[in-house]
Amino acid sequence: MAAPLLPAAFVDLEPYAATWCLATEAERWNQRLRSSMDELQAFYQASFPRADDAIAYCDRFALKDMPDDAERLLQLVLSLILVSFAVEVWRQPEVIHRGSARIDRTQEPRP
Amino acid sequence: MTTPRDSWTQRHPELGTGPVSFEDSISPEFYRLECDAIFKRAWLNVGRVEELPKDGSYFTKEIPPAKASVIVTRGTDGRTRAFHNVCRHRGNKLVWDGTPRDEARGIARQLVCKYHGWRYGLDGGCRYVHQEDQFFDLDKTRLGLVPVHCDTWAGFVFVNLAPTPPQSLREYLGSMVGALESYPFHEMTECYAFRAENRSNWKIFMDAFQEYYHVPPLHTQQLGPGRLQNPEAEFEAAHYQTDGPHRMVTSSSPAKHEIPSKYLYPSEVLFRSGNLGPWDAPDVARDVPGVNPGRADHWAIDNFQIFPNLEILIYERGWYLAYRYWPTSHDTHVFEGYLSFVPARTARERAAREYAAVLFKEYALQDAGTLDGTQMGLEARACAEFPLSDQEILVRHFHKSVGDWVDAYRRERDTRTPDGGAL
Ligand code: FES
Ligand SMILES: [Fe+2]
Repeated sequence: MAAPLLPAAFVDLEPYAATWCLATEAERWNQRLRSSMDELQAFYQASFPRADDAIAYCDRFALKDMPDDAERLLQLVLSLILVSFAVEVWRQPEVIHRGSARIDRTQEPRP
Repeated sequence: MTTPRDSWTQRHPELGTGPVSFEDSISPEFYRLECDAIFKRAWLNVGRVEELPKDGSYFTKEIPPAKASVIVTRGTDGRTRAFHNVCRHRGNKLVWDGTPRDEARGIARQLVCKYHGWRYGLDGGCRYVHQEDQFFDLDKTRLGLVPVHCDTWAGFVFVNLAPTPPQSLREYLGSMVGALESYPFHEMTECYAFRAENRSNWKIFMDAFQEYYHVPPLHTQQLGPGRLQNPEAEFEAAHYQTDGPHRMVTSSSPAKHEIPSKYLYPSEVLFRSGNLGPWDAPDVARDVPGVNPGRADHWAIDNFQIFPNLEILIYERGWYLAYRYWPTSHDTHVFEGYLSFVPARTARERAAREYAAVLFKEYALQDAGTLDGTQMGLEARACAEFPLSDQEILVRHFHKSVGDWVDAYRRERDTRTPDGGAL
């Protein structure tokens, strides 16, 4: 088995880490749109109840000086935020009435 | 026949109440006039001072309606200047990354032309000509970069492409916008930037952010989860104001953290964030002059539309959004959006800001999704005129302001004698 990506306390989220620990919004957005609703639901259901603990864990470190596994945990939380719109708001991966529009995020803080 | 009582529109008799033609958004000829009348004469926001963090910093900005590119520099003397991004030797675009159509930024002592290696200081002066002795009567002191008028206000960098702008930047911004001068924009340096290439006239997208009439039908999901819509939800704006070609609208809303959570999405509650921004506001930007000029109760957002193509939205929760719309033809434009926050200190703050930034894009995609449909509908010329409600007063004001600038330009052009002017 590959080395774990997340801190040991979040081993339950490890099955989602390879897919959703993504550093940029562009990657997270693409991942959401190529996922099925079942996949999004599964990730949401697993990560939503753990998000508060995950943030508290990350906040044991300075935001700009986190160990790699904590930073990946934060990336997972940021993915949950993006996926929450598909699950809670649109009930589909795509924005309703997006038409042909496309908006790119060109700058963002890291992490 | 209906007429709204005590209407905002009727308090602005110059706007009228009649139907409006959107010919200004579909006519290539009008677009050419608009480029000359507005984008070559108005003060245009091209960035923020934070984008020039050090002496020697520079960035370039494309201004397609003027077919111009400008370089904005911070010289070794700390001064901010702007120049046409054009090499004096044979006109090559001086600074670019990737392709000449891409904007560039960086820090440099000198700007070097990729073609024959001429060099310029950040003050625009020509510093080096390769094989200078091969030229005839060449005077380097007269071959500096062509300056562009440049000034800053509240940390926003503006340029003006006119040879002699008739108004200083302060005069141009007027008292309503100028009153925001002391707003702590400089504290809000954590930026989430967005860019879109849209298939409509630039004004059509600006219109979508000037009225809230469209919110319940288009952004139904913003009203709350499922059918549980908050009966307190209020989408009629609390205040409208205009000042010359500039305009603003205030919206009011109960604070999100005071709304029962059954009316909110679970992730709004989890991340303590939403369409008004992170619930937990930083301790800046309290009681700043110029904000909420109508003294509305439950003030939530001020949306200032600064002529021609800048919009600044100031949120009660201590952050701001800036939009810029750059026409690229009569039926296309580039949209730029910037969410700016006091930098997050913790993962929790970072997540709350991320939620607001994600939400912005989700709903802006709905707005942008209507654009090509509206452009196609207007271009069908099936209807000569369209009715506007009282809530769309700023759409009325915007198109009138554009028309006024174009008319003024036409009058000036037509009264110039054939041999008396540049045209
Ligand atoms: S065009 Fe720039 S050096 Fe020749
Ligand atoms: Fe909208």
